[in-house]
Amino acid sequence: MSGHGQGETGADAIWTTLTEEGVDVVFGYPGGAIMPTYDALSRHSTHHVLCRHEQNAAHMADGYARASGRVGVAIATSGPGATNLVTGIATAMLDSSPIVCITGQVPSSLIGSDAFQETDITGVTLPITKHNYLVTKAEEIAPTIREAFEVARSGRPGPVVVDITKDAQLGHAPRTEPGPRREARRPARPLTDADLDAAAAMIDRAERPLLFCGQGIVKAEASEALTALVERADLPVACTLLGLGGFPATHPRNLGMMGMHGEAWVNEAVQRADLIVALGMRFDDRVTGNLATYARGARKIHVELDPAEIDKNVRVDLPLVGDVRAVLERLVPRVAPAKRAAWNDTLGALRADAEAHDVLRIPDEGRLLGAHVIGDLYALTGGDALVVSDVGQHQMWEAQYYKHDRPRSLLTSGGLGTMGFALPAAMGARFARPDDEIWVVVGDGGFQMSAPELSTCRQEGLKVNIAIINNGFLGMVRQWQELFYERRYVATPMMGPDFVKLAEAHGLAGRRVERRDAIPDAVAFARQSEGTVVIDFRVQAEDFVYPMVPAGNDLADMIRRPRGGAIQGGESRS
Amino acid sequence: MTELRTFAVLVEDVPGVLNRVASLFRRRDFNIVSLNVGRTHEVGVSRMTVVVAADERTSKLIEANLYKLVNVLAVEDITSRPSVTRDLALIRVGADAEQRPAVLQICELFRAKVVDVAHDTLIIEIAGTTEKIEGLVALLRPYGIREMVQTGAIALTRGADEKMQLHEKASREAA
Repeated sequence: MSGHGQGETGADAIWTTLTEEGVDVVFGYPGGAIMPTYDALSRHSTHHVLCRHEQNAAHMADGYARASGRVGVAIATSGPGATNLVTGIATAMLDSSPIVCITGQVPSSLIGSDAFQETDITGVTLPITKHNYLVTKAEEIAPTIREAFEVARSGRPGPVVVDITKDAQLGHAPRTEPGPRREARRPARPLTDADLDAAAAMIDRAERPLLFCGQGIVKAEASEALTALVERADLPVACTLLGLGGFPATHPRNLGMMGMHGEAWVNEAVQRADLIVALGMRFDDRVTGNLATYARGARKIHVELDPAEIDKNVRVDLPLVGDVRAVLERLVPRVAPAKRAAWNDTLGALRADAEAHDVLRIPDEGRLLGAHVIGDLYALTGGDALVVSDVGQHQMWEAQYYKHDRPRSLLTSGGLGTMGFALPAAMGARFARPDDEIWVVVGDGGFQMSAPELSTCRQEGLKVNIAIINNGFLGMVRQWQELFYERRYVATPMMGPDFVKLAEAHGLAGRRVERRDAIPDAVAFARQSEGTVVIDFRVQAEDFVYPMVPAGNDLADMIRRPRGGAIQGGESRS
Repeated sequence: MTELRTFAVLVEDVPGVLNRVASLFRRRDFNIVSLNVGRTHEVGVSRMTVVVAADERTSKLIEANLYKLVNVLAVEDITSRPSVTRDLALIRVGADAEQRPAVLQICELFRAKVVDVAHDTLIIEIAGTTEKIEGLVALLRPYGIREMVQTGAIALTRGADEKMQLHEKASREAA
């Protein structure tokens, strides 16, 4: 360590503090204004992963955070390094993922002078962070980073940016011991027994109740409490995209995913319910469809940590603000044990009707369907993989056909819908979950947004399996063009490289699959290989994700999969 | 029902805090009518008075969202609480020797002060509610208002307001 009498440098303080926070890996990219910090890393044991673009560093930190529940860390230089983080930060913000991004900043004497690589990154990221800091003094570095971690992981988690000037990194500061944790200054109104009794009474009286499992269940580790409630009162559950895995998909009371591409019987259940108990979710527009007609017959209980979500999109009858697990644990014993055969039978009948023409029942006719790839991948991995999906048609097929029984077994960009997320997020997840099987499920469009990270996989010796659902189109946009823009395929046909050769060019293995009967061999090859494997699944170019609630429609007004397995042209049930 | 609502907000007096609050209102599409910020008797604590056009639901969202800002210490919607609310306005009005007595009489009625006298203008200072200031402006308008500047509202609730007394609250809790 340098400078005995003067304490450590600000740059050293960054690494010392990260180590104290339990960080053993960071994802980043060096540059001028952060160089003192990179130089100091030679004196510390933190592992640094050199990404190929700072956006991917943020996604890696995000993937690490989602896979582990701990704070992920990304690091970048000033100016373009910092602005490249922005999409990754916004992705983490909308999905409440705790990451801390450390950026270098020009020396404090140059701030405001449009210096080389100067960007006001605290200004830029103000609306997409939970909080951010500009640090100009070495002695402020350690306490600020500690506070940043506390802010990122406490309450509703989210991203925090700490922008540190070069002179602060170079300056010296006495070592400071961690002080007392910053206390939450504003405890919400404590939940009363009366609130919980009221909720229990509403559940007891309901004839057609429905529980919603949102990401809050995953983050609060409330799966067991939710299962207890479900089994005590025989309640059906619908999941949001980010709630998948929060309640076991194979549980008989789990209906599946709701919303725009939710299963028909789930959306029917929402529209028919007389009580909705929403647990740790925020009624996103992709979940509700037209708000004016949304679940009109249902009274609504909203259990949510963030008071700013109450009545934001959907007016609720009874808000229960608090940690979802704590609320559930107090609520469960108050709810009367019950059997709800009639309601569950109704839902079962709706489900059986829709499942009869499910895509997985379409026989293998030699063509490869994206949904088949996912369904087979689920079967071949025994449902035990951690799947990281990108954004688009494949993401929805994954959500529908890979049955997630455990929390944190699906990572995906739900709120922001960030293409390119999957590969770097999976790489970050690898550091959190060294022993788990990890599959990236990605379209050919999204894969090309972050494909340079194959190089990072190779350099780091990272093992992830990559399933490219390759249809030569930006498939979801093409689907919208077919349905709503009279098949004018503007800017959606997309040429890709030879993905097998691309993998090989990176020193990785690749396989191509063009028929369904070739899926098992390719998946087995990937599972057995030491390194990252890319499988190029050449799927049917023009395919649909069914069902679909067109944006803004009534939730029950779905375009459903046509009977008989035709690929084009949906069947409206309105 | 959308109406004018007044929020008292205690914030840490740190760089950028006004920006954070203003940015929140902008990105959530909350409609600011006026925003006033200044120091308080406590070192490191500033007080904002924000007047917004909002309904009941939006007001609750504003309060909840303000609390999500790390630098925000306390928020209170004081719209329905008995409170003292004041704007301050400075008005330069045309008034030559002949008109001056009439203008001064209006000022007296409104308890406004003349703080500058020039050859053919006066500067009038008035503190009061927005309505009172509007009333004065209406009466002065015929004389020719040359310039005018007005603060947004500042407000304190009447009687004791424990929520907004951070220091005492903290020391009580510590005890």
